[in-house]
Amino acid sequence: MSQQTLYDKIWDSHTVEILPTGQTQLFIGLHLVHEVTSPQAFDMMREQGLKIAFPERTFATADHIVPTDMRSRPFLDDQAEEMMQAIEQNAREFAIDFYGLDSDRQGIVHVIGPQLGLTQPGMTIACGDSHTSTHGAFGSLAFGIGTTQVRDVLATQTLALDRLKVRRIEVNGQLGRGVYAKDVILAIIRKLGVSGGKGFAYEYAGPVIEGLGMDGRMTVCNMSIEGGALCGYINPDQTTFDYMKGRPFVPTGAAFDRAETYWRSMASDTNAVFDDVVRMEGASIEPTVAWGINPGQSVGISERLPLPEESGDPDTTRKAYQHTGFEPGAPILGLPIDVAFVGSCTNSRLSDLRAAAEVVKGRHVDPRVRALAVPGSVQVKIDAEREGLDRIFEEAGFEWREAGCSMCLAINPDQLKGREVCASSSNRNFIGRQGSPTGRTMLMSPAMVAAAALNGKIVDVRNL
Amino acid sequence: MSSETHINKISGTALPLRGNDIDTDRIVPARFLKEVTFSRMGEYPFFDERFGSDGKPKPHPFNDSRYQGASVLLVNNNFGCGSSREHAPQALNRFGLQAIVGESFAAIFQGNCLAIGLPAVTIAPEEMARLQDMVEEDPSVPFTVDLDAMVVRLPDRTIPCQMPDATRKALLEGNWDTTTMLAKNLPQVRQVASRLPYVGNFRG
Repeated sequence: MSQQTLYDKIWDSHTVEILPTGQTQLFIGLHLVHEVTSPQAFDMMREQGLKIAFPERTFATADHIVPTDMRSRPFLDDQAEEMMQAIEQNAREFAIDFYGLDSDRQGIVHVIGPQLGLTQPGMTIACGDSHTSTHGAFGSLAFGIGTTQVRDVLATQTLALDRLKVRRIEVNGQLGRGVYAKDVILAIIRKLGVSGGKGFAYEYAGPVIEGLGMDGRMTVCNMSIEGGALCGYINPDQTTFDYMKGRPFVPTGAAFDRAETYWRSMASDTNAVFDDVVRMEGASIEPTVAWGINPGQSVGISERLPLPEESGDPDTTRKAYQHTGFEPGAPILGLPIDVAFVGSCTNSRLSDLRAAAEVVKGRHVDPRVRALAVPGSVQVKIDAEREGLDRIFEEAGFEWREAGCSMCLAINPDQLKGREVCASSSNRNFIGRQGSPTGRTMLMSPAMVAAAALNGKIVDVRNL
Repeated sequence: MSSETHINKISGTALPLRGNDIDTDRIVPARFLKEVTFSRMGEYPFFDERFGSDGKPKPHPFNDSRYQGASVLLVNNNFGCGSSREHAPQALNRFGLQAIVGESFAAIFQGNCLAIGLPAVTIAPEEMARLQDMVEEDPSVPFTVDLDAMVVRLPDRTIPCQMPDATRKALLEGNWDTTTMLAKNLPQVRQVASRLPYVGNFRG
């Protein structure tokens, strides 16, 4: 069993009771709520006459269904409008902070939590969204939960959970040029599999991880769940503390110093014990593309698509070819695309937009490609526009949009049509994920999406 | 179901659904998440695999009349991976399935199954291959998922199955509706909160 890891320290300090079932009742320091997975939970609260236990630790926004072109109300989609009204009504009735479309704090829940300083090291965080693991980038334990569990957190600020094992994943050496955090996590998932993290929390460590900025760290932790791990984290360090300073919900002055002391104390000790350790070399990671129907089906840019019989799971590989129609053994380089999407809770922060803008600056999107750049929050949009990124994108032929989840899960107007192939900076290439049952998704870094947009096909961003 | 419902045995015929890594986007396509209640979820499991764009049914185990009325779903490895949507187990449950037997389940999906009182147990992959073959051959085979004995019972044999101890206990003792159980400890919750420096915003 792991000892003296960040996981152990946070788990122990947040334990309320051992429940009759043997599970642990864990205090949740921050509860983030969005419009899609919460209405049924609020209904259950009403039916059972329950009150929110810690309304001051509960924050809501709208992101999944929000249109990124026309935000005027009522939304054209009646269902989206009804859902939006539900979260507005629930936030009012239960007296919780809500950052709606009129707020400059609105955005993807996993972008605004960190941006506002709500997300802090040494905390437990829950949200009715599997990508809550994102917040682990700050050295917090952050869990995605279902709707009934959302009710649990609303009513009690706790969850009934099983203790996980801890696997340390060390990425050593350094990354080559044109290789990003997205490539690192895709390479990790490729190596350990989409269910390899079952029963584990992932601790990402080593020089490559420590060398990432907070945006890159969030990209890595974001996709922990795609590797089967309920949560993933990175020990907080000076990069983390520098990011925290001056954010709206972060204390100032002497209180900040006390906070930093606490945050440092929660990191894994140098002699911490892990249940498992995996080591990888940063230099061996190429720009990576997930081509199939799950994020573990990926190849480096210089490789060919696998033959089913040579893959770890021939049946699932064959299923991927049935869906994609790609040719087994073909090079990934040169596969044509129809749509390019830069955005999502994985890659919609300022440094992601900068990386994509740097690639497209002064160039033009292939005329056959529809290209979208979607900032993760209103604040990211403002910051990006201050740097002129919006003009770079638009001059290159990208559409520059308002903040939201957009084409990552496509329950808003941004969707693939028919058999379109999308080069996407999002997190899932599941069948039908981007709104068309027959649509196809290839996952890659924002820079690689940008390069694909310019060329109408998958290219190696390092050669531009 | 009420919080006091004890769940120990599920009996009925089975529905075999083959494939590893079947994600929750396939189980319930995301557009159905725009509904603000779960009430219609039973119509949606595997919707895009079961119906063409013209609305016509396609060949799929969930459309196959031989499996109509099945209570036990038979699946393979890492079932329910991806999104945390509780809509996925809700849809399967409201479709009529009362237990899932698989090779393994994704973590959040498994938690969601417990939260709605839907038992999800695992058996060895070679056993699953045999069971799926058997049911495809003869869909009338009666199954019992027995959580007391932790076995899947068939007319001619009994297969040991697994599930986390806490989950089993919660289902058997009717403690799977967690809110009531968690709320009993609210005074202790407030004590733990008061000890965490960030809850007081690091005031000295």
